Amino acid sequence: MTDHVFQAETLAIHAGQVPDSATGARALPIYQTSSFVFDSADHAASLFNLQTFGNIYSRLSNPTVAALEERVAALEGGRAGLASASGMASEAMALMTLLQQGDHVVAAGALYGGSVTMLAVSLKRFGIETTFVDANDPLAFAAAMQPNTRAVFAESMGNPSLTVLDIAAVADVAHAHGVPLIVDNTVPSPFLCNPLRHGADIVVHSATKYLGGHGTTLAGVLVESGKFPWDNGKFPGMTEPSPSFHGVKFYETFGDFGFTMRARMEVLRVYGATLSPFSAWQILQGTESLHVRMERHCSNARKVAEFLKAHPLVSWVNYPGLPDHPQYDLVQKQMRQVDGAPGASGLMAFGVKGGLAAGVRFIEAAQFMSHLANIGDTRTLIIHPASTTHRQLDAEQQLSAGVLPDMVRLSVGIEHIDDILWDIDQALHASDRG
Amino acid sequence: MNTIEQIRRILHEVRTIAVVGLSAEWHRPSFFAAKYMQDHGYRIVPVNPRYATAATDVLGEHCYAALTDIPFPVDMVDVFRRTEDVLPIAQQAIQMGAKCLWQQIGVMNLEADALARNAGMDSVMDRCVKIEHGRFFGGLNLVGVNTGVISAKRFSNKA
Repeated sequence: MTDHVFQAETLAIHAGQVPDSATGARALPIYQTSSFVFDSADHAASLFNLQTFGNIYSRLSNPTVAALEERVAALEGGRAGLASASGMASEAMALMTLLQQGDHVVAAGALYGGSVTMLAVSLKRFGIETTFVDANDPLAFAAAMQPNTRAVFAESMGNPSLTVLDIAAVADVAHAHGVPLIVDNTVPSPFLCNPLRHGADIVVHSATKYLGGHGTTLAGVLVESGKFPWDNGKFPGMTEPSPSFHGVKFYETFGDFGFTMRARMEVLRVYGATLSPFSAWQILQGTESLHVRMERHCSNARKVAEFLKAHPLVSWVNYPGLPDHPQYDLVQKQMRQVDGAPGASGLMAFGVKGGLAAGVRFIEAAQFMSHLANIGDTRTLIIHPASTTHRQLDAEQQLSAGVLPDMVRLSVGIEHIDDILWDIDQALHASDRG
Repeated sequence: MNTIEQIRRILHEVRTIAVVGLSAEWHRPSFFAAKYMQDHGYRIVPVNPRYATAATDVLGEHCYAALTDIPFPVDMVDVFRRTEDVLPIAQQAIQMGAKCLWQQIGVMNLEADALARNAGMDSVMDRCVKIEHGRFFGGLNLVGVNTGVISAKRFSNKA
């Protein structure tokens, strides 16, 4: 006899929330409270000792936030999740739980600009070095590993390079060196790709994007697989007595969710990048329709990519869902099928003929496509990365992140496809008129 | 692997738990688990020769040197010992009429598991009794763990 296995569509709606015992409320209540009463002095002591599960203070845990954590963990096929105030905060929580002064990270070069800055500038100030490598080449990851490497970091789908990570191959490289692979899975969302099923150990999300979908709220979530052997000698913080908790050994005590517990109790608790209950609730309103939205994002994006490819005013198109994308085989292997083709999400990049100036004219001529620095909204979004999201990088770092001067990034929304194609076409013609 | 339904039933039926290898050190996992179960209404019976001779109790309960020294029936034998040490514990659990042999996380004696099942007992391996209780009757979800519970029934914290 085995337990019934629920599909992603059901998990997106139900995982992490059963009607509460106090009221039976069917929708998720917002527990907008900073603190929780203790039953007794002994109960308080047990909670502070981590001997019982429960809530103390919303910087550490909160029932509304916990529903989001469990839902994303379930959608990713992971053991446990931890939410924080933004995708960047979740990335920081994951890295700061793993790393200390003198450690080294091997990271994909084609990363979101903020992630590059965190690794190359911010963590470097704390004595943590990062080597950036070509995300297309698992051998490049292997060649960059050092004795003090403690993490490999990459995106399942690069933003905006749209480089597709060979998750299984890079996980093998990381595991051969006894370190975990952390994958930012924001662009595919957990509906289209589950990196943990391909061998990754930790997933991070900007839930602000497809998980929320509405573009109203910032949030991040990290999820651990529960399968990494933290007792391999390289992670004393997981196996040695914790100075923050009077000698608790996180891996021994919490086993396959020890990483998440340590991230919560030793990092989130201390640095305070907590997600508000109201924000968690807003993200969950969107997550309930994740599967329906992602299917439409994928089918709209495929039509947009084909339209752009045939358009005389477009010089090139980069969309992993097109069969001529160099990594189309990987997309087929790692992504869920949507309408008989691999679901390659809603993000693409293309070049407007006429270069930088024409690209800027295209963006300014758009009627309902929004010029802003976000992705994964229900609305179609456009941006010129070289002058906005990636402008803090120098020219060489921009190229390494896959950002070309004439590149327009498009996050295809779920408006009617005919209207999206109309707005793109009229803006392209405007870009051509100079 | 035990199903959700089996583990729920075990935690519902069991009232008395003999904890073999229970430490009196507050920060040890065995103490965490036993204290949690005691706080949730189960009677804990400590079994550890280290404390059996001392006058001090563990968690307010008399500590026995061996399972066979316990002069009353227990429902569950919860094992915090190395895998290779579990077989005689399983034999004693059968002799004393326990209903369930529970091997904690990392403890997986297949022979002991088969022995207990053949004797008509429930048997669980490589799981923590505290974590499983928290999974179904409250708390584990509060720290973001994927409990696997999908239900439209009102939550109950009574096992």
